[in-house]
Amino acid sequence: MPVATSPGRRGSLLSDPQARAWIFQVVAVAAVVAFGWFLFHNTQANLQHRGITSGFGFLDNAAGFGITQHLIDYSESDSYGRVFWVGLLNTLLVSVIGIILATVLGFVLGIARLSSNWLIRQLATAYIEVFRNIPPLLQIFFWYFAVIGPLPGPRDSLSLGNLIFLNNRGVQMPAPSASEAYGPFMLALLAALVLVVLLSRWARARRLATGERFPVFWSSLALVVAIPGACVLLFGSPVNWSVPELQRFNIRGGWVVIPELVSIVMALAIYTAAFIGETVRSGIQAVSGGQTEAAASLGLRHGQVLRLVVIPQALRVIVPPLTSQYLNLTKNSSLAAAIGYPDMVSLFAGTVLNQTGQAIETMAITMSVYLAISLSISLLMNAYNARIALVER
Amino acid sequence: MDTHVFKPDQPAPALSVGPLGWLRANLFSGWFNTLLTLLGLYLVWQIVPPLIDWAFIEADWRGETRADCSREGACWVFVGERFGQFMYGFYPQDQRWRVDLAVLLAVVGAAPLFVAAFRHKLRYGLAFLLVYPLLAWWLLHGGFLGLIAVPTSQWGGLMLTLVIAAVGIAGALPLGILLALGRRSDLPAIKVLCVTFIEFWRGVPLITVLFMSSVMLPLFLPEGMNLDKLLRAMLMVILFEAAYIAEVVRGGLQAIPKGQYEAAQAMGLGYWRMMGLVVLPQALKLVIPGIVNTFIALFKDTSLVIIIGLFDFLNSIKRATADPAWLGMSTEGYVFAAVVYWIFCFGISRYSQRLERRLETGHRH
Repeated sequence: MPVATSPGRRGSLLSDPQARAWIFQVVAVAAVVAFGWFLFHNTQANLQHRGITSGFGFLDNAAGFGITQHLIDYSESDSYGRVFWVGLLNTLLVSVIGIILATVLGFVLGIARLSSNWLIRQLATAYIEVFRNIPPLLQIFFWYFAVIGPLPGPRDSLSLGNLIFLNNRGVQMPAPSASEAYGPFMLALLAALVLVVLLSRWARARRLATGERFPVFWSSLALVVAIPGACVLLFGSPVNWSVPELQRFNIRGGWVVIPELVSIVMALAIYTAAFIGETVRSGIQAVSGGQTEAAASLGLRHGQVLRLVVIPQALRVIVPPLTSQYLNLTKNSSLAAAIGYPDMVSLFAGTVLNQTGQAIETMAITMSVYLAISLSISLLMNAYNARIALVER
Repeated sequence: MDTHVFKPDQPAPALSVGPLGWLRANLFSGWFNTLLTLLGLYLVWQIVPPLIDWAFIEADWRGETRADCSREGACWVFVGERFGQFMYGFYPQDQRWRVDLAVLLAVVGAAPLFVAAFRHKLRYGLAFLLVYPLLAWWLLHGGFLGLIAVPTSQWGGLMLTLVIAAVGIAGALPLGILLALGRRSDLPAIKVLCVTFIEFWRGVPLITVLFMSSVMLPLFLPEGMNLDKLLRAMLMVILFEAAYIAEVVRGGLQAIPKGQYEAAQAMGLGYWRMMGLVVLPQALKLVIPGIVNTFIALFKDTSLVIIIGLFDFLNSIKRATADPAWLGMSTEGYVFAAVVYWIFCFGISRYSQRLERRLETGHRH
């Protein structure tokens, strides 16, 4: 009688791990493909039924609607393709301003959380606990409907030294434009920067060769201030300021920041800063106290300890979560759609979709923009992580 | 023989102990710190008294109409008058006890899970997860066993927010764990599928996903088949947050030393038992803070369903502030909303910190 355990007779295909792995994968892939085909098939049928032709041809058609804020020239007769760029730039504008503000505020908060001053520590904690636990959309609504909405009209604007005006149409502030002295000024600035680079290289080489120090920071600062400063004295100011002026019913001139932009930037910067603050705090705390003590016992001064020992190690911990906060802010900028700021989502997935009915194309374009931003940043992040990762045994 | 009598100790300098010492060490240790303290005090002075004045002292609490708000401060009459709408949306007045009962049952039913001495948490929890949703569906939606039907289009307010959040959490956690296991899997096809899924959902904002659910899902489904708006939103929230949970859980899986896997295999455990009995219990414990943070994010994200026109808590407040009879009440409305959201989020985060401390077994990897 044959023995059941003989190598030639496996019980069944299912008890062979390798075969099982194959079967499992084939089934999974087949299920996904079948599901995809199901969706595709339905979509085809539905589109045919509704008489929608798919394709990206609609991008060349005239849009025919106005946009309240466009960073590039735009008029109603421009194409949907142009609308895409307007929306993308508006999204990036919110993100960039928001990221800058949130970073500054966040670092201040993170450091304040570790302050030796009890009151400052408590204030920073209170800020973080309050703002990170309130939905960003609610904060946007608050700024838009409860803060900017009830502001007085342009005639009774709140003004800061008659330069910046605040009213229910947003913020009006002086706008710079290049004057004749702009070119010389930029040249002077460039020259100063080149000199600074050369100087620091020379100082470094000399320090390595002789051990003598050179006050690089102060002399660079002097260079950067003195050369362009001299240029301003010679040729005059590099920019002309167009200052907003209060007229009978309105304010003319200057830059107008629409209320939607103000609300979103304020809300997102304040919200994200709370998270950045926590990131910065945990990054600094992750550098062990022994590092600071060791650096001090080597004779480094307080500033050097921070610059050469603590910050480089803290950054290793801070940068990855920091970038993901930046990504979050960029993605949250899509909340703009809820108050009608003309960003990528509200322009493209909103207005263009409604006008053309090309649901699949517009959604695909909108989502791929965000996907592209996210994926490229996470690729960069992976590269950065690989470069700075601790080499462990 | 003379004995030397020690003089009694001098008291410590008055400035270095007691309240004065504390003040000096923590608030006035040097000119810079003193400056910061004064700045901080100024900030507090600028913010706190006016806020208390507005919210409590100068506020109107009693009345029925806008005209009853005559004082300088907040008009809480507005919130009081609209409270029912904020909590239940358009849920029929005489049926609201059903929502209350469902919440009560959830609280009472889940309570044993939070009692440390209760032994059969896992079994009880699973049973609760199986029974409660059916019970809640019967209570909230009804339409059978003696309760009249309340269609989801009438759901709203805080109740809708809680429903979306609860379903989202209950759906996203298991799906997220499966995705994380898939991403760490040895099977290339499974891994690629999971990675694609996770990266896609993490790369797009929730708003676009919700937009997609309202404009593209009808195209994807066979003709005539239509999913309920609420169901679509919940589905999208689950898929979206599962991707984030997956990344959090993956972090925990990566932190478990290889020896644990190998030891489990050496004991003859198969894949599912190795994961379920050895790896996941340790990994999940490590990532409790991350999972809770994702839950909090999910709770805050439920406010986005406003985009597809669901009347969640935030939307019901937004609608109420646009009511001509109550114009100019935005501040009161949004402050009330902020306080409610804050209590939930802050409460969850505090609870997770307690849980973390309780589960701390001392050894870190």
